Amino acid sequence: MPKLALSDEILLTVDKPARYIGNEVNSVKKDPSKVDVRFVMCFPDVYEIGMSHLGIQLLYDMFNRREDVYCERVYAPWTDLDAIMREQKIPLFALESQDPIKDFDFLGITIQYEMCYTNILQVLDLSQIPIWAKDRSEEDPIVIGGGPCTYNPEPIAEFFDLFYIGEGETVYDELLDLYKEEKKNGYNRERFLRKAAGVEGIYVPSLYNVSHHEDGTVEAITPIYDDVPKTVKKQVVSDMSEATYPEKPVVPYIKVTQDRVVLEIQRGCIRGCRFCQAGMIYRPNRYRNLETLKEYAYKMLKNTGHGEISLSSLSSSDYPELKELTYFLIEEFGRQGVNISLPSLRIDAFSLDVMSKVQDIKKSSLTFAPEAGSQRMRNVINKGLTEEIILSGAMEAFKGGWNKVKLYFMLGLPGETEEDQKGIAYLAQRIAEEYFSIPKHERNGRVQITASASFFVPKPFTPFQWATMKQPKDYMDSAHLVNDTFRQQVNRKCLSFKWHDAKTTILEGVLARGDRKLASSIYEAYKSGCMFDSWTEYFYYDKWMDAFEKTGIDIDFYTTRPRNLDEVFPWDFIDIGVTKEFMKREWLNAMEEKVTPNCKMQCSGCGAARYKGGICYEN
Amino acid sequence: MKIRMKFSKNGPLKFVGHLDIMRYFQKVFRRSSVDIAYSKGYSPHQILSFAAPLGLGVTSDGEYLDAEFHSSESSADMLRIINEQMNEGIELLEFKLLPDKCKNAMSSVAGADYRITFREGYYDETLFLDNVSEFISQESIFIIKKTKKSEKEVDIRPMIYEMDVVDGHIFMKLATGSVNNLKPNLVMEAFCRYLGVEHHKFAFQIHRLETYLDNDGNLMPLGSAGEEIIAPIKEKED
Repeated sequence: MPKLALSDEILLTVDKPARYIGNEVNSVKKDPSKVDVRFVMCFPDVYEIGMSHLGIQLLYDMFNRREDVYCERVYAPWTDLDAIMREQKIPLFALESQDPIKDFDFLGITIQYEMCYTNILQVLDLSQIPIWAKDRSEEDPIVIGGGPCTYNPEPIAEFFDLFYIGEGETVYDELLDLYKEEKKNGYNRERFLRKAAGVEGIYVPSLYNVSHHEDGTVEAITPIYDDVPKTVKKQVVSDMSEATYPEKPVVPYIKVTQDRVVLEIQRGCIRGCRFCQAGMIYRPNRYRNLETLKEYAYKMLKNTGHGEISLSSLSSSDYPELKELTYFLIEEFGRQGVNISLPSLRIDAFSLDVMSKVQDIKKSSLTFAPEAGSQRMRNVINKGLTEEIILSGAMEAFKGGWNKVKLYFMLGLPGETEEDQKGIAYLAQRIAEEYFSIPKHERNGRVQITASASFFVPKPFTPFQWATMKQPKDYMDSAHLVNDTFRQQVNRKCLSFKWHDAKTTILEGVLARGDRKLASSIYEAYKSGCMFDSWTEYFYYDKWMDAFEKTGIDIDFYTTRPRNLDEVFPWDFIDIGVTKEFMKREWLNAMEEKVTPNCKMQCSGCGAARYKGGICYEN
Repeated sequence: MKIRMKFSKNGPLKFVGHLDIMRYFQKVFRRSSVDIAYSKGYSPHQILSFAAPLGLGVTSDGEYLDAEFHSSESSADMLRIINEQMNEGIELLEFKLLPDKCKNAMSSVAGADYRITFREGYYDETLFLDNVSEFISQESIFIIKKTKKSEKEVDIRPMIYEMDVVDGHIFMKLATGSVNNLKPNLVMEAFCRYLGVEHHKFAFQIHRLETYLDNDGNLMPLGSAGEEIIAPIKEKED
């Protein structure tokens, strides 16, 4: 029987002990003594969230294809186990071998959202690895970060030895080979890091110096040695159909958030919504070949036994062969009792037909993401969705038997007026009117329109990176205004409005466009007990505010301060292919309410064409 | 056709709860491509019936589940095909055809056998082993049963069918199921009190050996209701 790092007593005390036992179906077993490199991949959140992430499954599979590497997994222990591990000084362990993380060569951390930063410190701390990179010794693992938040790694730069900027499939082999080589020739941490900086896409924070202007903004980010590159280039897979895919993903014992086969049909997005970071950093838009996807679907369902398959992409409706793919999935697997789930579909005749085949119309709802209430605002954000499209889509849906509609909006967008905000309620009302225009005997029960709003957080590498944020009170005021407007609508009984908390928004805003000065605030917040910040019940806004104050950080500098067009951003040393010039142009277009065509209609010269792949070469 | 399967659950798998084991089997059956039946509707699912839920931390060599199949290979072949898709620690032991009018696994359960071993660092095991026969010779054994609303005194002695030392370990046969249900830990708690020692809830590793149905007053293994499949069979079309 496999050994476990935790005693029976501990496992019987904590909630969901199966989070910590490993040995899941398709988890990889290797003899650690027979490999050259031991890598542990971490998602710094609870198991159920981390196991739902496709990226880790992808890298886990890719690393383990190498005979000389053993890649294992670790997630953030939930608060109950966290307390026990601290008290009993039990080092954090990897799931597969149950060996302590501190004995590994690499600890890779995927960073998907800002609110997990304190959990990164938790994982390092529990692993008994020094939290600050500068304090690590030769024996400590190399801590490497990846994922969307690393496009501005600066707030957490000092906790990492390396960052991998871009898609993992490209230069990891080179990095691992380099490490093996160094190990053979008498390993020295500093020398390895210096050489790693020469691998394209690898950022070694300790090899860069950041200078600031008197006003606190960045003056320059400069390498401290001549052989360290001035800019770090984002890595991109140019041919998606050639890229590896996890044909045997790990199947958890316990129910996780994404308990299904996930088929990544494409990467990137042609739309160019100006608030959307994913839409910029994953450029160019590239899709996987239909036949390859069919084959993956077969293999993955067979290898996992999952009863559900779902498509993953930023905008599934833009996948050129979506019709063929979905009808194939329904016909091929629907009969075998496999559920098909289709997120992010534009509502039209096709999607309604598909949805009527895969779900119970009476129970399911249709989702629209207009993002903004007024057409003016939708032009500002470059969301190519018009009121006409929304209304006709809703009408078709109502006629098809649906009567539940969900609408997603953002508040606090740049240049937003009260009229734009009220537009959210007006739009919901007009959708209700569409419903009531249907003769009574043809209607299908009561109509329910649920609108929800989150507050906009400007992200690096988007045209809105220059945008200013508001004070928490202003966010709440706008939400209340929308809510009041909802209550004045004729069909208010069929409408409901919900909004998110503004405090999380503020923190996310600070961290998203933060700089190196924030590291000590994050450390301070962690030390004062902040962890699992993305979990409402563990989010302590006041502790964060105290931490900022204690470390001399004025958060308005990061949130409400207007940014000059020529300001050097902390993330400007990273080159994502999309140029700052393009984003500047788009920011100005936004101010002029000018719509930019999508990549399929016309190339707008964003710069991503230099990757020589995807949509840029198809027109 | 209705099939009854027997399985074991050992090692770290004891930390996987009952509901997750149900989901686990659904995936095992899909991976092994066996001809199992699905419910109708928008989210079809396999119709599985488990005998007696096993508590978290308890291991077993005598678990049962029923499922509906459209066709089947021989029992031996089915065991091989399904076991290829099972993890270390969990193994299918029997695959038997049930008669048409058989009660399902869950409502059949009447009793179960348990073996108690001692985790290190809590007790001197011999103290317990030496006193089993004395403990069980009591006419009644009262315990306080706590529910959400009240506490009441219950005599558990009638629900202990047997208790003895077998191969150097405590063995017990207890009433299990929807009519009478006694958990081994409660017996051990009463045993501790009888011996005048403090009850440590983590001291005992409980292992279920077999689950029984009631056949005219005799306890028979749940699997005895089914028969081995000798050659491949197909469900009759209506």
